[in-house]
Amino acid sequence: MMARASEAAARDAAQTGASPACPLLRVEHLSIGFKMYDPAAPYFRARKVEVPVIRDLALTVRAGELLAVVGASGSGKTLLADALLGRFEPNARVAGDIWFEGRRCDAADLTRLRGRGISLVPQGVDSLDPLMRVGEQVVGACGRGRAGRERRRARTARMRELFGAYGLAPEVERMYPHELSGGMARRVLLMCALMDDPRLIVADEPTPGLDMDLAVHALRDLRAFADAGGGVLLITHDLELALRVADRVAVFCAGTVVEETASANFAAPELLAHPFSRALWHAMPEHDFAAACGGEGER
Amino acid sequence: MSLEAHDVSFSYVPGRTVLERVSLAVEPGERVAIAAPSGAGKSTLCRLLAGYLEPQAGTVLVDGERVDAHSARARAPRPVQLIVQHPEQAFDPLARMGRSLVEGVLRPGARGARAGARSRRAALERARETGLLERFGIRDAWLERLPHELSGGELMRCCIVRALLAEPRYLICDEMTAMLDALTQAELWRAVVAIADERRMGIVLVSHSPALVRRLATRVYPL
Repeated sequence: MMARASEAAARDAAQTGASPACPLLRVEHLSIGFKMYDPAAPYFRARKVEVPVIRDLALTVRAGELLAVVGASGSGKTLLADALLGRFEPNARVAGDIWFEGRRCDAADLTRLRGRGISLVPQGVDSLDPLMRVGEQVVGACGRGRAGRERRRARTARMRELFGAYGLAPEVERMYPHELSGGMARRVLLMCALMDDPRLIVADEPTPGLDMDLAVHALRDLRAFADAGGGVLLITHDLELALRVADRVAVFCAGTVVEETASANFAAPELLAHPFSRALWHAMPEHDFAAACGGEGER
Repeated sequence: MSLEAHDVSFSYVPGRTVLERVSLAVEPGERVAIAAPSGAGKSTLCRLLAGYLEPQAGTVLVDGERVDAHSARARAPRPVQLIVQHPEQAFDPLARMGRSLVEGVLRPGARGARAGARSRRAALERARETGLLERFGIRDAWLERLPHELSGGELMRCCIVRALLAEPRYLICDEMTAMLDALTQAELWRAVVAIADERRMGIVLVSHSPALVRRLATRVYPL
């Protein structure tokens, strides 16, 4: 793996050992850059340069909490989700410290935790296989033979239980993704994540294209998961929506988290510390709808 | 003088009607928000108003003319322009942005590659003179890029400018800023509203955010 988190892990293994007070997820000094040919140089003479995208990012998610990471589109928020799941592009260089349940994780650990502790609710509804019935996708591959059948039975039962709990009709199981409405498809993606009893859900832009009611509904499912003791990291550009469900908001700007604050502090701009958070507050349609701050979000 | 839908009906699948006998009129200078739950046919109505779809019953008139009649006769851009939610689906993935940006305002008649390039250069020059590129913060470097090399916000700026270059009398904005952050949303809408006021352009907008609708719309039309 390209991640250098491993060498950091070797440096101090002393930090391990979960204490009851330790947060579910802690990220410190996370930096992600890409090695690419210098886009400014002439074509054949271009050298490889490292383009930093995320730098020195820190955040924490506690159990029972929903943290929203709010920032501009195209500013690298999805990269953060990918990093937490150990999904790296071949030319990415990732450095930093990630603790999960008090254990320091390197890239291999994160890959192992994927689906077994940390689950992703992906951005696109097109993550569903269009040619596979919903039920089969949610249950997933179970292997063959007696053990496989056993596993399939258990997972099918779990799926039905989840469908019941989240208000999906049993016939959805037999449907194909194109037969689902936007809201239902979102739920199916969430079901896929919940199948493996994760402790942390990373939800990457789970609401675009949904109207306010449906979006709040979709987020209420995530909220319910957090209230049941899990942790949720919600990545979104929609501050208005995030404020409705999140306990805390991490404001993401120019590749790093500039401020982590309680949602309640967005009641008034004076309670916000960073100028970018204040600019976001002022830009909200119910406040000043101001477009100041020299396009910091757009690169 | 208005954009009018008269008793418009539409269904994608026979027997499953999406819109039934919908009537709506938008005056120049007005900003009308279409309010309805998802799946009620807001986007379909937008497409009908812009002439992307043809109603199965009823008519859509732009200042007294059928929405598709004008462009067929004059070979000019349509007087109603539509901006969709996903800008990454609104550009030819193989065309550079400069080419896509002016595709609506090319003067007809250029034949052959060289004349085509000349005509595009001229069109781009005219586009610059309008000052729209500057107002929406489109940088020269973007014009040489392909759509996948721009972010969602950058692409949306190009979408808006492309539509405004056609000098539409009505602009339809279907969840125009749903994918964008609050700052970019405020900036783009402020610019669009300013131009609409200058040109007395009518706007139809769809948004999932009640706060945005309250901020922008002069009238709400419940579908």
